[in-house]
Amino acid sequence: MRDVAIIGVKNTKFGELWDRSFRDVVVEAGVGAVSDAGVVGEKIDAMFVGNMSGGQFVEQEHIGALIADYSGLAKDIHVPSTRVEAACASGGLALRQGIYSVASGMDDIVIAAGAEKMTDVPSPKASSALAAAADREWEGIMGATFPGLYAMIARMHMHKYGTTSEQLAQVAVKNHQNGQHNPIAQYKSPITVESVLKSIMVADPLHIFDCSPITDGASAVVLAPADVAHEYTDTPIYVKATAQASDTIALHDRRDITTLDASVAAGKRAYEMAKMQPKDINLVEVHDCFTIAEICAIEDLGFAKKGEGGIVTQNGETAIGGRIPVNTSGGLKSCGHPVGATGVKQAVEIVEQLRGEAGKRQVDGAEVGMTHNVGGSGATAVVHIFSRNR
Amino acid sequence: MSVPRFWRKQIARYNLVGTHCKKCDDYFYPPRNMCPACRREGEIEDYKFSGKGEVVTFTVIHTAAEGFENQTPYVLGIIKLEEGPSLTSQIICDAKDVKIGMKVKPVFRKLGQAGERGMIYYGTKFVPELEVADKC
Repeated sequence: MRDVAIIGVKNTKFGELWDRSFRDVVVEAGVGAVSDAGVVGEKIDAMFVGNMSGGQFVEQEHIGALIADYSGLAKDIHVPSTRVEAACASGGLALRQGIYSVASGMDDIVIAAGAEKMTDVPSPKASSALAAAADREWEGIMGATFPGLYAMIARMHMHKYGTTSEQLAQVAVKNHQNGQHNPIAQYKSPITVESVLKSIMVADPLHIFDCSPITDGASAVVLAPADVAHEYTDTPIYVKATAQASDTIALHDRRDITTLDASVAAGKRAYEMAKMQPKDINLVEVHDCFTIAEICAIEDLGFAKKGEGGIVTQNGETAIGGRIPVNTSGGLKSCGHPVGATGVKQAVEIVEQLRGEAGKRQVDGAEVGMTHNVGGSGATAVVHIFSRNR
Repeated sequence: MSVPRFWRKQIARYNLVGTHCKKCDDYFYPPRNMCPACRREGEIEDYKFSGKGEVVTFTVIHTAAEGFENQTPYVLGIIKLEEGPSLTSQIICDAKDVKIGMKVKPVFRKLGQAGERGMIYYGTKFVPELEVADKC
């Protein structure tokens, strides 16, 4: 296996981009990343695109070819392009497939992208498409929604560990605090614990400000063998680990409702591959589709003891400047959550941080960063570790 | 959900019929064709659950799933059956009465309908086992 580096990155603006199409945002991200890497089209060997539900959100399948075509990579040079799907972990998984293809030696320069266009349909239709990431036959048919599933995780966490609504709200407050400094973020307004608790209840105990929004956006990175990365950039960011794990599709089949065993397993595999421990990680982008998800994530990845995710958040340990900054980008909550793009966007944030280009949200001296991308209520988890040093 | 997709599991939904692995003595609801523990070594047979169970966790849904708008707010929970498996179902009771650990029993109810003129889905919901049940 060859070492792999990221040599170019780009996020589009995240938000309600009604004036722009699916292909518009993908092309912007892809071309941006390729320009950042200083790569020409003929050099690109392959492309992997994370997309959850193009068929439902924009009634378009065959996303791989569509993107290759509109990026100018189909005609004449016929770059192979593959769509990757794992619900909200589609982006992370596309990145992982790209890393595989470079690491294997089959391909040299590879684009890993993720995209979703969610606001072209009314929000009930968007929610229904998202519900397809859970078990439609045995959860969806009973009236389960994604906020509902995570609300049941939250309820159990509160019951077992005494986690409070205020602690959940604190996750949203922190992530909005970070997101206001991110130029691509959907929501740049700071919020307060009080405003979270006063916002309408979606699925008790989760308020609407505990939930990530419906978002359009795309992200892309360019991968290269580590040996040649310096030919393209002075600041290649090295992939130290890529890990993935599966769990039951339905929440009701889990060993412990408050633990995403797929996150634990993917985290463990990533730490082993990188020969690192949680204390070696300087910052992490976790999958905060709901506030409780961030609390579970920091526990599952070893940044907080089981049951203490709420307290750790309340104490400010996960803020920028804290012990382990979590979601410096603003996370899914403030930055927005274009489901297929999120896993790649997390990597873009870590790369910008490790390059020292994150502006007001910069984590001082960041050397090693982690991303954690979850599909559904935890049936897929993808974890990556990146480093400035090879 | 399409008619055949629902119909295939109609008996399981109506009667709370799941499966049991004779080899490892694990019970499954929803039913599984293959035991996830024994895999190909397993011996799967149908099993009808009594439906007695308790609430593992729950939520009160205020923003409904598509097709459930007229039921809002509704209580959705994970129920652990006495034989071991857990399932997701609505719990029919006042939202303020539901508690983790509450004993429940199954009832046959309408789950929903496929559009205005479509098929009606029936299946199993749960009610509190104690006195509140009589009011539901």
